[in-house]
Amino acid sequence: MSIDQANKFGFTINRSRLIDYDASDRKVRDYITAREPSFRLCFACGGCTAACTAGHHTTFNLRRMNTYIRRGEIDPLREEVTRCMLCGKCLLVCPRGVNTRNVVAVAAEAIRKLDRNEL
Amino acid sequence: MKGTPQHVIIAGGGVAGIEAAGTLADLGYRVTLVEKGDEPGGHILQWHALFPDRRPAGEVKSYLRKRIEHRNINIITRTTVEKIRHHGGGVAVNLSGGTEEKADAVIVATGFELFDARRKEEYGYGIYDNVITSAELEEMFNRNRIVKADGTVPSRIGLIHCVGSRDEKVNNNHCSKVCCVTAVKQAIEIRKMLPSCEVFCFYMDMRMYGPYYEELYREAQEFHNVNFIRGKVSEASVNINNRLVIKVEDTLAGRPLRMELDIMVLMVGMEMAGSGMKLAEASGMKRGINRFLETTDHHYGNNLSSIKGVFYAGTCTAPMNITDTISHARAAVAETVRYLNGK
Ligand SMILES: Cc1cc2nc3c(=O)[nH]c(=O)nc-3n(C[C@H](O)[C@H](O)[C@H](O)COP(=O)(O)OP(=O)(O)OC[C@H]3O[C@@H](n4cnc5c(N)ncnc54)[C@H](O)[C@@H]3O)c2cc1C
Ligand code: SF4
Ligand code: SF4
Ligand code: SF4
Repeated sequence: MSIDQANKFGFTINRSRLIDYDASDRKVRDYITAREPSFRLCFACGGCTAACTAGHHTTFNLRRMNTYIRRGEIDPLREEVTRCMLCGKCLLVCPRGVNTRNVVAVAAEAIRKLDRNEL
Repeated sequence: MKGTPQHVIIAGGGVAGIEAAGTLADLGYRVTLVEKGDEPGGHILQWHALFPDRRPAGEVKSYLRKRIEHRNINIITRTTVEKIRHHGGGVAVNLSGGTEEKADAVIVATGFELFDARRKEEYGYGIYDNVITSAELEEMFNRNRIVKADGTVPSRIGLIHCVGSRDEKVNNNHCSKVCCVTAVKQAIEIRKMLPSCEVFCFYMDMRMYGPYYEELYREAQEFHNVNFIRGKVSEASVNINNRLVIKVEDTLAGRPLRMELDIMVLMVGMEMAGSGMKLAEASGMKRGINRFLETTDHHYGNNLSSIKGVFYAGTCTAPMNITDTISHARAAVAETVRYLNGK
């Protein structure tokens, strides 16, 4: 197959879909866990996401964001933290008592620090 | 056993109390079974068909009835055990009405209480007509009629797991163990009674811990088209068509989901019974952080209290199914007999 054909059929080089746990970095997770220990309690029920108004109109998903943090998936996290309106509705639902709103706030802070090489 | 038979009082006449009474009586002990309700039986009197095999609950109820037809057993109903205390070398219990009964040992079998669903306001129990509990659905099965409050036949029913369990907001961090499999059992029952009614289970984790539970789950998928959605329902409301609307995240799709329902069934959890709690406080029996009675050791002292001559049986110590309750009650008898033999 020529390069030309390959392009036509979309055979470009894709970024890996793999969560490469050993290559990713959990500094952000550790920063959040130290400042908001309740973060550890999330059991991924999605109650927060169901309650969240932001998530009804955008791809924002707090439950998934928590998983990104745990896995050290920083790129998708970067986008997530900007979408929360810090309204606190999710706090009323969470059966594990995670201080959800503060998790988002601290995650945003962690990313700022990461970008300034301060983490 | 020589001389006059030793006497054991059993506080609570549910599955645990009945099995303990029957076993002690078979061994030649004299038993007084005290039940606060109108008749012995406890919660299972309300159930229709039992997991894991969906046998009629009546079969187990009649087993239990026969279990206490015994000349060594004296049954006292409509009476509450209020306090247990030491008396001479044995124990004495205070009963409601001001009477007292003496014995050589006591088995506490005060059971559990269903979570009061009104405490989860966001689900609208007691506010919206068609929000019911799993126990109320059992009553509908018993009457052989599943209908909405207005008498019409439902076309979609949702079963909501973990209501009042695994939820810090209502001060219950424990799992009630039996409600996942109860939901699966009830989902199948609905599908059999109303083949055109869709059924959805909303779960956080499917806890199919007992023998044949996983098989029942598989059967629900394979033969009964029960739908399973992984996510905790955050709230329910009613729309202009008077249908319930729930909000949940479909966590496997990673997107919020809304759905209309005709009936929403809350799988209410098990809590320590209030009357058991009062008895524990009056008698100095310890309770765990989950409020159930605390035994001296989770592994090898699971029927023992820290009070001499007082033993525990059944769901007053933790959520359990019937099978485990019966085993636990028999084990309580073994501990009681060991104690009485050493007296
Ligand atoms: C919705 C639901 C469905 C279930 N379905 C099944 C099933 O299909 N299969 C299965 O294996 N298990 C099932 N279970 C579990 C089953 O109900 C329990 O295992 C069983 O009822 C426990 O028996 P128990 O004697 O410990 O408690 P209980 O049934 O609660 O009995 C305790 C008794 O003690 C009495 N009592 C309490 N305090 C006092 C006092 N101070 N003085 C005197 N009397 C007192 C109460 O009135 C009651 O009669 C189900 C549970 C639920 C919640
Ligand atoms: S605080 Fe953020 S995540 Fe929580 S409900 Fe509000 S917008 Fe959604
Ligand atoms: S509601 Fe709480 S436990 Fe559930 S996914 Fe959100 S943060 Fe995690
Ligand atoms: S058994 Fe299932 S429904 Fe019941 S509390 Fe445990 S996880 Fe929730």
